[in-house]
Amino acid sequence: MIDRIADIYGARTPHARGTVWPARVDQYLDPGVEETDVESWVQSACLLCSNGCGMDIAVKDGRMVGVRGRATDVVNHGRLGPKGLYGSTRWAHSPDRLTRPLVREGATLVETDWDTAMGRIVTRSRALLEEKGPLSHGFYTSGQLFLEEYYTLAVIGKAGLGTPHMDGNTRLCTATSAAAFKESFGADGQPGSYTDIEHCDAIFLYGHNMPETQSVLWMRILDRTRGDDPPRIVCVDPRRTLVAQEAERTGGVHLAPRVGTNLALMNGLTRELFVNGWVDDDWVAAHTLGVDDLRTTVEEWTPEKVAEVCGVDPDDVRRAARIFGESEGVLSTVLQGFYQSHQATAASVAVHNLHLLRGMIGRPGAGVLQMNGQPTAQNNRECGADGDLPGFRNWDNPEHVRQLAEAWDVDVMTIPHWAPPTHAMQIFSYAEAGTIGLLWISATNPAVSMPESARIRRILRGDQCFVVVQDLFLTETAELADVVLPAAGWGEKTGCYTNVNRTVHLSEKAVDPPGEARSDLDIFLAYADEMGFTNRSGRPLIGWRTPEAAFDAWAAVTAGRPVDYTGLSYDRLRGPSGIPWPVNEEHPDGTDRLYTDGVFPTDTDYCETFGHDLATGGAVTETEHRAMNPAGRALLKGGAYTPPHEEPSEDHPLRYTTGRTVYQFHTRTKTGRSADLDRAAPDAWVELSAHDAAERGIEEGDWVRVASPRGAIEVRARIGDVMDGAVFAPFHYGHWEPDESSGGGHADAGNRLANELTMTVWDPVSKQPTFKTAACQVTRLRAGDGPSPAPTTTASAPATAASAPPQRRPRPTAGGGPTTSTELSSTPDYALDPAQSRGAR
Amino acid sequence: MPHLTTYIGLADHSEKTLADSFRAVANGHAHVADVFHTCHLLAGWSDANREALAPIIERYGEADVDEPERLHAAGLAGARKGEVGLLRDLQDLHVLASLVQTTWTVIAQGAQGLRDRDLLDLAQHANGQTSRQLTWLNTRMKTAAPQALIVAP
Repeated sequence: MIDRIADIYGARTPHARGTVWPARVDQYLDPGVEETDVESWVQSACLLCSNGCGMDIAVKDGRMVGVRGRATDVVNHGRLGPKGLYGSTRWAHSPDRLTRPLVREGATLVETDWDTAMGRIVTRSRALLEEKGPLSHGFYTSGQLFLEEYYTLAVIGKAGLGTPHMDGNTRLCTATSAAAFKESFGADGQPGSYTDIEHCDAIFLYGHNMPETQSVLWMRILDRTRGDDPPRIVCVDPRRTLVAQEAERTGGVHLAPRVGTNLALMNGLTRELFVNGWVDDDWVAAHTLGVDDLRTTVEEWTPEKVAEVCGVDPDDVRRAARIFGESEGVLSTVLQGFYQSHQATAASVAVHNLHLLRGMIGRPGAGVLQMNGQPTAQNNRECGADGDLPGFRNWDNPEHVRQLAEAWDVDVMTIPHWAPPTHAMQIFSYAEAGTIGLLWISATNPAVSMPESARIRRILRGDQCFVVVQDLFLTETAELADVVLPAAGWGEKTGCYTNVNRTVHLSEKAVDPPGEARSDLDIFLAYADEMGFTNRSGRPLIGWRTPEAAFDAWAAVTAGRPVDYTGLSYDRLRGPSGIPWPVNEEHPDGTDRLYTDGVFPTDTDYCETFGHDLATGGAVTETEHRAMNPAGRALLKGGAYTPPHEEPSEDHPLRYTTGRTVYQFHTRTKTGRSADLDRAAPDAWVELSAHDAAERGIEEGDWVRVASPRGAIEVRARIGDVMDGAVFAPFHYGHWEPDESSGGGHADAGNRLANELTMTVWDPVSKQPTFKTAACQVTRLRAGDGPSPAPTTTASAPATAASAPPQRRPRPTAGGGPTTSTELSSTPDYALDPAQSRGAR
Repeated sequence: MPHLTTYIGLADHSEKTLADSFRAVANGHAHVADVFHTCHLLAGWSDANREALAPIIERYGEADVDEPERLHAAGLAGARKGEVGLLRDLQDLHVLASLVQTTWTVIAQGAQGLRDRDLLDLAQHANGQTSRQLTWLNTRMKTAAPQALIVAP
């Protein structure tokens, strides 16, 4: 019996390079439930991070009572992380679930029936269409719906209403991943595979605290770093995370650049490849464009200049570049430290550049994983509910738009393709001005997750825009809505989703939703019915009523595109494992990694975008793209470093950055309702270095005020291993609290929202908001009566150098319910795994 | 070469007008975050072109001739308000940047004839930077236009 709060990663199953990752089945059942009590195990996949672990849901008496990893799934080989184990099912029978629709009557929300709630939406929608047209409608969705739901909403928005104002909170978590792929390779699509971990001899993690964001993927890496012939780890992070410690242990490098200076560091690493002759000139000549411009761009970035701007040791830059330049197979992973920071797309594209310069892509062990934040973010990008066109189509290519018009049987002019789709921050600006008069928010909580929270609350609360929220609970956002619709959640509905490395899973309905809650798909279909959207033939625009029929409609529009689902069906997905796309006649069993032939989707007629100026976001035209004639070659794009938008000042001398803990997901809507998880990270905190704390007379557990030019929070201080001059705050904590028995009841609940301090500013290309660069000051308020609530098990661990007084000494984080882990004596056969005989290398 | 020096003076003057106008639009629409930051960035590019031009002005001298004066466009003293105002301001910036670009084109031709490598390099680089300014202005106008023209009050 293992406490997976204390032991996050469970027992190691170390193995040598080039061998298959062993299987280990992790399982959790609610207290009092024995394995023999479980009436059925229902096939699904985890929805509490972007890793996409295959799991089965345990059902007893019509309730979800636990989960177990699927040993045969290519993603996790049976393992689950603490969020998946403890957090997957508890929320479902929480007493505060929404079970009836709510409508606003003055200052309060009152319960009503579906007809009344939907009636209010449709009345408002029709009036706005008549008065102002489709541009009066905006949709802000999630990274947690199912692909059938995204696709249905995309068709409603793009072909029913005809609004370009559709985006998701995927803009906050993964937009830079998609943008970087498009700029380098011509289209979205993860080039690498998790199986690269088994074959590489170096792993670079850029702004990616994998041990907390994708704990099962980190287990996979640990099983290599603790086995024979381990890879070296290189970590780019301002905190001394577990990744940084593993870098030290494996003879790699920990680079801690000043917050906001990633591109300067990347330019320095790129220059080292050029000056040391670590460039595969023949491959670069055959498969890329732009090498001369890139060489010129990075020329000035000597290790000494990088050191000056980033605050790192110049020899560490040289050592890291040497590891990249001399390894046989490098796997790079990238996440929010790059995506949510300054010059996000340019810095993420620079990771691609390093791989392209060495021809290090498309073979086992040589790959890139631009990660996602949320479990179904990939589907929002694919299906086009986030501002892209379905199937990675190019909104600037008339033929691509025509294909959609034909599939939907609508006039091409209906589909809003005459300008770039509107990104989330712009949608909220239009809602602020009232030119968007109906904003429909599904399965997300922008009142907590978006930057500059005070502004977001004002927009949602104001009379200028009618706000619809559909969710599982009355979130901080739902409280401000005009209509609240109760939604069915994971396990209460059927649908598919796709993880970071393109693996598609089917999640079957295990139990009924509570009360009158409905699936998001049924809610969207009900709206379409009420609005009476029809196609040119006069038939209903949405020709499906079930998830499976929606899936088939989606698969049909992917034909001929990079994201090809045509070989997938619900029946195929009921097999032993999820399957990575493309799946079609050419790849009937799916595809482990893309670009094995060094041919990229950059052809002018095929690509998803003609590209952008990385400094401004200015769009490359079709004529310019055609003249460049990429014809399947990848693009090497460089960018000049510019300082962050807000630099430290006398009043705000520290650099503020936000992030995550392993025990909470997003705004805690689910994880906060699991007592095991919530007790491990029950309340917000702020991390300071020992030096910065001493300068301010702050001790572990003291209450402090953290202020930026936009707002302030009052939380307890952890003296941690963050670099001097930087301040870290977790973004999970809004004012919602679980009851005290589950770890709630905190005095600071109204003053702890990390996004009160962040700026309204975004990357010029990906439009991802910048959460990681703001200036701040920290001042001591009063003594605390114990240690800060920060977990001790991960990057928020107390600093090794700090000595807290006895009553403030942090207690080791522990206390998860019992789980089991069973190592399998024989490893299952995984289709496409290059370490097994069946694998295609 | 009195006319080349005239155009060098025009480049200096029109880049200054453009930089000032980018800053006026940035500050006038400061609540539009991308316009604020990008306009300041692009003003800096015009500043950099003028700095690079300074030693060449030393060499050639900056003539103050009447004839091309009517080419001097007035900058934007202040910004307009609202979504339609932003659209018009971006359009004005586009006009100013077009004047800058054609000025660099003309100077590059003169530099070719004179075989002045330094001036040619500068004129070509500056022309490229102006293209990037124009591309952003075009992209941003396309984005702003539908909402501004159809829905804004």
